Amino acid sequence: MSALPKAKLDATQARLAALSAPEAPGWTGPARNAALERVETLGLPAPRDEYWRFTRPASLVQAEAPAAEVYTSSDTPIFDGIDRVKLVFVDGVFDAGASDDPALAGVTIERLQAAQTTDIHWARDLYGTLEARGQTPVARPLAALNTAFATDGVLIHVTGRAERPVSLIYLHESETSDAYLHHVVKLEAGAEMTLLENGPGAARMNMVMEVELADRAAFHHVRAQGRDHQRRAATHVFARLGSESTFKSFTVTMNGVMTRNECVLELTGDNATAHVAGAALGDGDFHHDDTVFVTHDAVNCESRQVFKKVLRNGATGVFQGKILVKPGAQKTDGYQISQSLLLDGDSQFLAKPELEIYADDVACSHGSTSGAIDETGLFYLRSRGIPEGPATDLLTLAFLAEAVQEIEDGALQEEVLDRLRGWLERRRH
Amino acid sequence: MLEIKNLHVKLEEEDKQILKGVDLTVEAGKVHAIMGPNGSGKSTLSYVLSGRDGYEVTEGAATLDGTDLLELEPEERAAAGLFLAFQYPVEIPGVGNMTFLRTAVNAQRKARGQDELSATEFLKVIREKAKALKIDAEMLKRPVNVGFSGGEKKRNEILQMAMLEPKMCILDETDSGLDVDAMKLVADGVNALRDEGRAFLVITHYQRLLDHIKPDVVHIMSDGRIVKTGGPELALEVETNGYADFLEEA
Ligand SMILES: Nc1ncnc2c1ncn2[C@@H]1O[C@H](COP(=O)(O)OP(=O)(O)OP(=O)(O)O)[C@@H](O)[C@H]1O
Ligand SMILES: [Mg+2]
Repeated sequence: MSALPKAKLDATQARLAALSAPEAPGWTGPARNAALERVETLGLPAPRDEYWRFTRPASLVQAEAPAAEVYTSSDTPIFDGIDRVKLVFVDGVFDAGASDDPALAGVTIERLQAAQTTDIHWARDLYGTLEARGQTPVARPLAALNTAFATDGVLIHVTGRAERPVSLIYLHESETSDAYLHHVVKLEAGAEMTLLENGPGAARMNMVMEVELADRAAFHHVRAQGRDHQRRAATHVFARLGSESTFKSFTVTMNGVMTRNECVLELTGDNATAHVAGAALGDGDFHHDDTVFVTHDAVNCESRQVFKKVLRNGATGVFQGKILVKPGAQKTDGYQISQSLLLDGDSQFLAKPELEIYADDVACSHGSTSGAIDETGLFYLRSRGIPEGPATDLLTLAFLAEAVQEIEDGALQEEVLDRLRGWLERRRH
Repeated sequence: MLEIKNLHVKLEEEDKQILKGVDLTVEAGKVHAIMGPNGSGKSTLSYVLSGRDGYEVTEGAATLDGTDLLELEPEERAAAGLFLAFQYPVEIPGVGNMTFLRTAVNAQRKARGQDELSATEFLKVIREKAKALKIDAEMLKRPVNVGFSGGEKKRNEILQMAMLEPKMCILDETDSGLDVDAMKLVADGVNALRDEGRAFLVITHYQRLLDHIKPDVVHIMSDGRIVKTGGPELALEVETNGYADFLEEA
């Protein structure tokens, strides 16, 4: 730890001093210790770090979570219309009374807090493993910090085809809550499930999810990050894909003063498919960072990154996306697009798309754009009688469509669209 | 119905006068045609009437049944019954043609205090009208004008007109880019809408469209003014002699 620059060392030590490890970590103990060592070696993110060039890490790193007012709304929560198994966490603490009985054919669901003290557990070889793999070639110290100090989370083992989605609901009730949740999902060969997440979760949320997909498994993930304006979040999704498996993750983010969503995908089996997409809408004090790293390490795999941001009143959007094609990963089909729609001149979009390719027979494309509403299109719509507000919304939704269409399930897509329409409508008055 | 008086228009950004005193009155139930050389200001007139940004009216007036058009937002002009079939219909990626049309129809109904059409009612009407214009279901599902051929775009404009049932229809070179059969379809579409309460202003370069849509009055526009007004024979004159005669007269 002493090899770190002084400022980084001080910040890291200050953070660690304010955290305490669980008293009975059980089989997670060794993984937690190793993760703590990683944090100590790497140090927590600091302003000069290249990977944090566009996002200030201070508020995510500092010992105390900055206060975040609790947002109240009379709207029905997202996914309300979906038949699902609900597990509720309030400020990072499991709420058994508000949760469903986690019985679901083909799936076992346990809580990390309880399961870590059992003798033998399937998650033992996974907890912290994908996170640790994800530390190279780029360090993600906030994820290691999570592995070391996570207070709870869910362990989901999928052996068949889950007939209903599992839905993690993160409520935020305390203005100063600081939550560390760590989930592990393992899909056996041919297994299939949909995981939903919604809500802010805490004033400051640090969330890690590790997903292991065996051959032919399929994982669908749809997440809505909660509308509290002052909430902060640092999330990491790590996934490792076996042959012919499918991973699809979509995140919608509306509001939030600071969000850093990292997604680290490793395609290790041939013919696998990994899609990660996001729609972020920010108005005013909003900073949203999508950082994605996709590694192709097998033949004939497909990956897609589709990120769209709508920004106004000085909101900031960041995208850092990389496709790494390792030697031998022939026939890779990699696609990456990041776009922002700037609704005024005060907002900004910062993007760093990267390709690094060590195989010769690959097709990779990437693009990044930033632009305003198309005036000609707007006039065309208005000339047909559609007022300026709804016409602008229509064009905005059209801009977001490519990302939203990444959600395969029609009903889930509609749930998300509904929220997007609501957000846009509220901003018309 | 449409009354344009001494309309002067310049570009907002540049010191360039485009319309230099246009006078034009179109009565209800009539079809007027405007012909005129490239760059004479025909499209500019249609844009200014429908409320596009970028132009400044420096003098004159335009009213629709007595309502001052120039004071209204584009959507209010549409709700008042004005429709422009664009010379270059705009592509709108990501917005389905059907969604677009339903939003437009219902926005206008709402502005006029009518109930919105239900999805089924709307579907019934649009299917029928699309069929008449040989627009298939697949084209209705596609994003507005995206990947449409030139002729398909023009037919899509007429479909919008048929759905919105405006009272003042301006058609800016709707015949350009149409094959003979499509021209007939479009003309049939227009003729089906002709009635006493509706008027048309048809901008065209060719007599051929006017064979199908018989105009009551033909105007020649040149350098930002109407320089000659007459009957259908004027269009024939243009077809044989070009514009030289009129330009000299002006
Ligand atoms: N936004 C603009 N910027 C610059 N020039 C313009 C603009 N709009 C119109 N003009 C100019 O104004 C004149 C009239 O253009 P307009 O499009 O109205 O002509 P038109 O009669 O419709 O021609 P055509 O028969 O070729 O369609 C042209 O010289 C054109 O270049
Ligand atoms: Mg023109």
